[in-house]
Amino acid sequence: MGFGTALNEFLFGIYPYIALAVLLLGSLVRFDREPYTWKSDSSQLLRRHQMRLGSNLFHYGILVVVAGHFIGFLTPDWAIDWAISPAQHELMAMLAGGVAGLVAIVGMSILIHRRLGDPRIRNNSRKWDIAVVLLLWLQLALGLLTVPFSAMHMSGSMFEVLVTYVKGIVTFQGGVAALLLGTPIIYRVHIFVGFTIFLISPFTRMIHIWSGVGSLAYLFRPYQLVRTRRHTS
Amino acid sequence: MKIRAQIAMVLNLDKCIGCHTCSVTCKNVWTSREGMEYAWFNNVETKPGIGYPKDWENQERWRGGWKRKANGRIVPRQGGRWAILANIFANPNLPEIDDYYEPFTFDYAYLHNAPELATSPVARPISLVSGETMDKIEWGPNWEEILGGEFAKRSEDYNFEQVQKEIYGEFENTFMMYLPRLCEHCLNPSCVASCPSGSIYKREEDGIVLIDQDKCRGWRMCVSGCPYKKIYYNWNTGKAEKCIFCYPRIEVGQPTVCSETCVGRIRYLGVLLYDADGIERAASVEDPEDLYEAQLGLFLDPHDPRIQAQARAAGVPEAWIAAAEHSPTYKMAVEWRIAFPLHPEYRTLPMVWYVPPLSPIQARANAGAVDMAGRIPDVHSLRIPVRYLANLLTAGAEAPIVSALERLLAMRSFFRARQLGEPDDMAVLEEVGIGLAEVEEMHRYLAIANYEDRFVIPTTHREQAENAYELRGTCGFSFGNGCDAGELRPGLFGGTMGQRKLSPIRFGVE
Repeated sequence: MGFGTALNEFLFGIYPYIALAVLLLGSLVRFDREPYTWKSDSSQLLRRHQMRLGSNLFHYGILVVVAGHFIGFLTPDWAIDWAISPAQHELMAMLAGGVAGLVAIVGMSILIHRRLGDPRIRNNSRKWDIAVVLLLWLQLALGLLTVPFSAMHMSGSMFEVLVTYVKGIVTFQGGVAALLLGTPIIYRVHIFVGFTIFLISPFTRMIHIWSGVGSLAYLFRPYQLVRTRRHTS
Repeated sequence: MKIRAQIAMVLNLDKCIGCHTCSVTCKNVWTSREGMEYAWFNNVETKPGIGYPKDWENQERWRGGWKRKANGRIVPRQGGRWAILANIFANPNLPEIDDYYEPFTFDYAYLHNAPELATSPVARPISLVSGETMDKIEWGPNWEEILGGEFAKRSEDYNFEQVQKEIYGEFENTFMMYLPRLCEHCLNPSCVASCPSGSIYKREEDGIVLIDQDKCRGWRMCVSGCPYKKIYYNWNTGKAEKCIFCYPRIEVGQPTVCSETCVGRIRYLGVLLYDADGIERAASVEDPEDLYEAQLGLFLDPHDPRIQAQARAAGVPEAWIAAAEHSPTYKMAVEWRIAFPLHPEYRTLPMVWYVPPLSPIQARANAGAVDMAGRIPDVHSLRIPVRYLANLLTAGAEAPIVSALERLLAMRSFFRARQLGEPDDMAVLEEVGIGLAEVEEMHRYLAIANYEDRFVIPTTHREQAENAYELRGTCGFSFGNGCDAGELRPGLFGGTMGQRKLSPIRFGVE
């Protein structure tokens, strides 16, 4: 096994599990031990300007992108094969992902401009806050760059390789990292940065994504909440 | 019927002197922290004025409180559950910090460090948010103090609705009053209803509305949901904070800090028993002018043995029932009908009530023609327009306000006569429908305002809720995660939010 293959095996066969383990355990530890630090960390109060446009574009865009990744990569073969061919699947991913990705990166660009350019926000940004927005912008850019690469292989075969890889990772099948050896570097960088975002999430404001999902419970609760201190044994 | 108890507050605006002692003591105790400089759990506004934050009463703009739909149900004015979640990424109704004011300090060191200059050195204001020097302080927590600023600005006061306000811009006709404001600890709080993470709750035992700091995720919907704008987003910790009704004090039977330190002795704290099952119905009545009466209808007579029995069955402790019988807030709100909720039209059923202020008889009346309504002056000749007070306290219904002002005037008239050694003027009491015993009690509570009359606060039975033995040696009341002070120390999960770098003014030395 050459160094390149070994590195590939580590980055795409082992590193994903490290990242996912840190994401899950780190989030759990933080939720349990440091609930006071668990928040979305909004800066809207300090400056309304650019917030509504940038934040809405970014968040709605990224929600579609993330949902698209989950659906596109994790839908079982039997649920999708009868409906559309891999080529159609790829085209759909390119179009939907491309549009949503563009919306998200425009929003993120506005947010970065706001975070770095506005003295109020800049002065109250942690290093992590800036690192996160830059990393997300990079990842969006990488994701968008894969679209023209995909356009070169409209057969859907490349797409199939990636789907097989992701499914292999989430179903704990060893050896799937080798599948990526022949793919363009842009895909691999995108995958690596993606897992890196998972890795750092528990240590940053990214944990608010969990709460965003959790806030869906709001749809099903009564408006008023009353707590009692009395022991009800 | 489901009986619950709440410690309610009444403020006698007739005696508020606008000294801000309540605000300052509150600030010193609760909000003298980074991120909360701009936040005043208690503030005193001069009315008329647009208030703090700016224009807070204009719900067309801020969309706080509830609105009644055509089908008779109420929903938060900023939107139902789906709308609130859809706006979670950027709250369209969130005030900016400039709507409160940009917190600032001064470069005091420069006064000491400045070299010899032709002019005396000046300490320039520095923003606590951006750390940059501010050219000019544009707004503050009490910018409109004692009618500061021009009439054109303060006439935007929402309570001027249906008042011929132009004449009040004239010097001879101008009027003012103070309005101390804090969280209303509502029966139907719209902040609770707006919170996507379910972190805000009302305490069943004493009605205090609190934010669970560990569950708050900083979605900011409560800030816009509260029509009184009494929830503040701590921009340092990223959590929402609000008046906690000094619950650590209330639990041990002490009044809140704002009440304790009130120089004018205008604040009253006492238990109100209410019917929790009737809340939604009372908050949903069609005509906003009926909301005051509807809320009054929720309060239960603590002297009624049947109510007492039901309260006991519902788990209200004996001491609380006894306190309810001697509650000053019950007397003022229910028995004498001289206290009113602040802006009942928001449909939150607020539990901090106000006795409307009397004001001088207008100049033209003083000139020899005091309009009398029987034996007391016509309340319409008072300087503060009745309609203005009605807009503030009864959603525009003037009759309850007139009745309360007349009772206050009658009490004064009665005791003035007594003070002068004249025979008791029973006729004036009959005119306003109060008896001798009542007026004597009113006088004792309002004019003398003894400490033990103002504050009837039963202690909380903490021993039922906590194991005191296990609590020995623990951290007690703290911010952050118990003994861990949260973000005050750098840690794995985020250190202090942005080291504040104040940029000092440097004097260029050649």
